[in-house]
Amino acid sequence: MTIEGAALPHPDPGPLEAPFWDACRAHELRIQRCADCGTLRHHPRPRCPRCRSTAYAWAPVRGTGTVHAWTICHPPVLPGYADRAPYNAVVVRLDEGVFLVSNLVECDDESIEIDMPVEVVFVDVDADLTLPQFRPAAR
Amino acid sequence: MREAATTAGRAPRPSTTLAPTANAGTTLDPALARCPGNTRRAGTTVRAVTGHGVIDGNRRVAVAGIGQTAFGKGLGRTELDLASEAVVAACADAGFPVDAIDGVTSFHVEQVAEIDLAHGLGIPTLRFLARTPSGGGGAASTTGLAAIAVASGLADAVIAFRSRNRSKGASYGSGTNQGGRPWAKAGTRVGGYRQWHHPFGVAAPAQEMALIARRHMHVYGTRAEQFGMQAVAQRFHASRNPAAIMQNEITLDDWAASRMIADPIRLFDCSLECDGAVAVLVTTLDRARGLRRPAVEVLAAEQGSGPIHTELADWFSLTCSYDGRDTAGRAIGNRLFARADVAPADVDVAMVFDHFTMAVPLTLEQYGFCGEGEGGPFIESGATRWPDGALPVNTHGGSNGEAFIHGANHVLEAVRQLRGDAANQVPGAEVAFVNGSITDPAGAILLGRP
Repeated sequence: MTIEGAALPHPDPGPLEAPFWDACRAHELRIQRCADCGTLRHHPRPRCPRCRSTAYAWAPVRGTGTVHAWTICHPPVLPGYADRAPYNAVVVRLDEGVFLVSNLVECDDESIEIDMPVEVVFVDVDADLTLPQFRPAAR
Repeated sequence: MREAATTAGRAPRPSTTLAPTANAGTTLDPALARCPGNTRRAGTTVRAVTGHGVIDGNRRVAVAGIGQTAFGKGLGRTELDLASEAVVAACADAGFPVDAIDGVTSFHVEQVAEIDLAHGLGIPTLRFLARTPSGGGGAASTTGLAAIAVASGLADAVIAFRSRNRSKGASYGSGTNQGGRPWAKAGTRVGGYRQWHHPFGVAAPAQEMALIARRHMHVYGTRAEQFGMQAVAQRFHASRNPAAIMQNEITLDDWAASRMIADPIRLFDCSLECDGAVAVLVTTLDRARGLRRPAVEVLAAEQGSGPIHTELADWFSLTCSYDGRDTAGRAIGNRLFARADVAPADVDVAMVFDHFTMAVPLTLEQYGFCGEGEGGPFIESGATRWPDGALPVNTHGGSNGEAFIHGANHVLEAVRQLRGDAANQVPGAEVAFVNGSITDPAGAILLGRP
């Protein structure tokens, strides 16, 4: 799936964050996981906030979860999003317990409900950016 | 209101004389006195501190003066111009000489440099300078920091100020923290926490807070109309406050007809991006008592943090999934009330940080003014509406009625309430609460009639 994206904000990740976006471009959802205690963390950070280990790996996750919160964004919005308003934004709780800000696709805004099951779908914006968005999933 | 109980419940305060510090009794070793740079000579006792220590004592502290500019859109004045007027006004209010100011506190996003303010006003010497983190999270904490400086003896007269030039369009200034919406100036390549929000179209605080509000509605049954009822109450308060930008009342129907910004947040729930400045003069209670206006004591000031609010992933995973865990606000509140030896029920009037009205019920819950999840019904009961509510909230009109000076204008209204000269005066008000933001790092203060 491809969407027009010239004016959309693109991430400008540092070395700690780039692997997340690199994985998205490969259509994989990977989350930083402590190599010592196994705790997943998002957003990325240098040390595990649970055990403070600096060792980590980018662990693939299932990409399934539920809608934890949602909103419909009306103007004023970011310039790159002006043409799509109103649009939805959601917080997804992955089944592994990690929260991500994202959007729902393949779903009317009126049909969004908290706790509805969703699954990741990778939306290619351009060569630089693939967004991990979500769509309703059977559960 | 609750009159006698408040004073009766408050513990006696320490005297205003300097309390002895841990080091006060130590005498300076003559050998060290001769060689001040050499504290590790063989045969001498090593002293960690040879003077009075980092602070001097624990003095009682008061707000002696408040000052503000006009609030409005497109005033066309610089932040320094506005701040200077507010500081001069605060000193005039107190009858205090501007050049005796020896400390300045402000927000980390403040555009006016302390040194520019000092040079612009002919303040010869500053002894204490500090800023609070987290935008509106520091709304009350600038006054708290000023109080800490004065209580400790690090400074004697500290100005806490905020100056904003943030209205859309006609504003002066092109910096990201000037004129208009900072997130609209973020550009199309975004790093830091914004990379987890902006690519998905989440950039404005209204959108972030909408997600937080929606979850609260789901868990507790809070209704958007209850946010609207707070908007209506505050606009009523504003309609009786000559300094307020919004002079006309609204009804709940008006609120419901106002356009949606980020569901469930409507336009009339939103703070007024505007221009203006406020300043608070903090000094010792002793000194304030000799000045022009009734002294308002700073009873307690606390700051605190939980996880990083600006990243919603953290907000929901750590700060507040509405599952009973302590939020930063709850922890701050527990310390705050214990320090002042008052209970939430002793508070006569509350100035609640309200960038959006949804913050009001969440704050009232976090700080224990009502039970968890009861913020919506509390507002619906009329409790937050002046004059009949049990706890009038934002009696100046708050951020959607008076002005959005990043919540710092709320401190001034608390002072007016305790002086007894507010436009919507709570009769006999003795204790007032002011906080900064439901998200964190944040802070809160309690003010009282001494």
